[in-house]
Amino acid sequence: MTTTAVSTGVAVRLEEVSRRFGTVQALDGLDLDLAPGELVALLGPSGCGKTTALRILAGLEDADSGRILVGGKDVAGVPVNRRDMGMVFQAYSLFPHLTAAENVEFGLRLRRQSAAARRRRALEMLELVGIGTHAARFPQQLSGGQQQRVALARALAIQPQVLLLDEPLSALDAKVRLQLRDEIRRIQLEVGTTTLFVTHDQEEALALADRVGVMQAGRLEQIGSPEDIYRNPATPFVASFVGLSNRLAGVLGADGVSVLGTPLPVLNASVAPGPVEALVRPESVDLTADPLADARVVAVSFLGPLARVTVSLPDETLVVAQVSSARLADLPPGTAVRVTLLPIPVVVSSPR
Amino acid sequence: MSRRLRDLLGVVPFFVFVGVFLVIPTLVVAIGAFLGDDGRATLDNVTALADGYIVQAFVRSIVLSAVTAILGAVIGALLGYALVTAEPDSTVRRVVTSACGVLAQFGGVTLAFAFMATIGLSGFVTLFLRDSLGVDIFAGGVWLYDLPGLVLVYTYFQIPLMVIVFLPALDGIRPQWREATESLGGSTWYYWRRVAGPLLAPAFIGSTLLLFANAFSAYATAAALVSQGSPIVPLQIRSALTSEVLLGRENVGKAMALGMVVVVAVVMALYALLQRRTSRWLD
Repeated sequence: MTTTAVSTGVAVRLEEVSRRFGTVQALDGLDLDLAPGELVALLGPSGCGKTTALRILAGLEDADSGRILVGGKDVAGVPVNRRDMGMVFQAYSLFPHLTAAENVEFGLRLRRQSAAARRRRALEMLELVGIGTHAARFPQQLSGGQQQRVALARALAIQPQVLLLDEPLSALDAKVRLQLRDEIRRIQLEVGTTTLFVTHDQEEALALADRVGVMQAGRLEQIGSPEDIYRNPATPFVASFVGLSNRLAGVLGADGVSVLGTPLPVLNASVAPGPVEALVRPESVDLTADPLADARVVAVSFLGPLARVTVSLPDETLVVAQVSSARLADLPPGTAVRVTLLPIPVVVSSPR
Repeated sequence: MSRRLRDLLGVVPFFVFVGVFLVIPTLVVAIGAFLGDDGRATLDNVTALADGYIVQAFVRSIVLSAVTAILGAVIGALLGYALVTAEPDSTVRRVVTSACGVLAQFGGVTLAFAFMATIGLSGFVTLFLRDSLGVDIFAGGVWLYDLPGLVLVYTYFQIPLMVIVFLPALDGIRPQWREATESLGGSTWYYWRRVAGPLLAPAFIGSTLLLFANAFSAYATAAALVSQGSPIVPLQIRSALTSEVLLGRENVGKAMALGMVVVVAVVMALYALLQRRTSRWLD
């Protein structure tokens, strides 16, 4: 979803933020900028430091070094309860002894709003997240998706400077996750709060964020628009973590990399010429049924409008191609196929 | 045989057990309390409950149970809280919870003896304090064999019992609730007052009531420790049943037992009320 955010939020900047837990360097000089009203997703495998970054911004963890600026002000030493940040956790964060409305009112009561104003605002927020009719229910009486909606309403009710979403969808089932994902984006655009979203689900990050930051080992490997991250990955890690990639042997020369006889432009410059591995997206692989060809279809998986076809090359390398499922009739397992690559730029890495 | 009937068959031993060891004795006590020695109905036994020494025994029993329940609950809850803040699989936690499991059942003669051997009149701690440090813990009287001693000894098994029954409630408190409170602007004090406090209160009060009933019905520890007089109800019942000086007081004993049943019933009713109030969000 690509839409321009209404810029009512504040700018957030993390500068050279480091944090170590025992022997683990959770964050290693992280630099991150969020423009006012922007939704940035931090994406990475577990243990990459994305949650630590969010918790440091929230004030729930301290950084060992580095600065955190919110609206231009250094928030070091500002305790969690003064940071004015709305937070949605993975799950089970609603207060079980309070109704949905009372949960949403919780932060407003702390801001000394009158009972009537609190109630009005709570209902307004519950309407916004689409469960206005469930205001009087206790968390136990709500589904996981509904609970997360209430948690979002509670975080937004206090009109926070920054909204922090810590894998809010990961405990939900697939259908609810998809629905709530779109809702979160709609609501975030509506309220315009600067938002940091942490997830290990690449599809979620790509679908939701203005920009996606891919993290590994406490560092930001790359940050850019979802399209940029997908089409122009800066490193082999990004190329393999975001989307599917085939690792194919190639030879790196002055004017690109030669893979399966096809010259391809190269995205990353830091690899020495010679034998390399090229990370080729399945949609860059084309298959043509050809009885004289020496590659064979070994598996087919149907994904609706698209399908993935796994092909075995004569040297037993497996290559995954993404084709329109309309073509599946011509490509049953066992079919001899010719494999060609589209001249789409790829990332290369030293051979493993 | 219908499936329903077969399923019911499985619980027959339970109902037999409850019938033989709870319902019948309760009936014997309740009926006996209203019968005279000659087998005729009378209110004499129940009116005897108003006798000064019986009223006093009830007051002492209730005070002893309440004081040790509250002491045990507060100290046990603090100990439990210290345990849950440690790593869930830590050795400390495993050792302390297993020790509590044993110590909570460590009442009776062994416990009384343990206290006599350490801080009794010629206990080794007593002697050490007197001979080496010049401190006489019994300077103000031999309190160990009276009510203050019972408070100390009962608290010894109340604390570990509290740890065992209260730990699950403490484990149920999620760290996200504190973090959510803080991110919404609340202080630690606000978190305890508005979130953890209300969430733990039912379990805390419920556990305290359980501790009260536990102390109220305890007999063996007191019987082993107290040799002079019968300061609390279970010991009064013993003397009513076994006294060779005052004969024919078995049914007064039954009336006292009935009084105990009433006290425990009141405690259980309070507990049930508490459950009803919290069940809507504790499911």
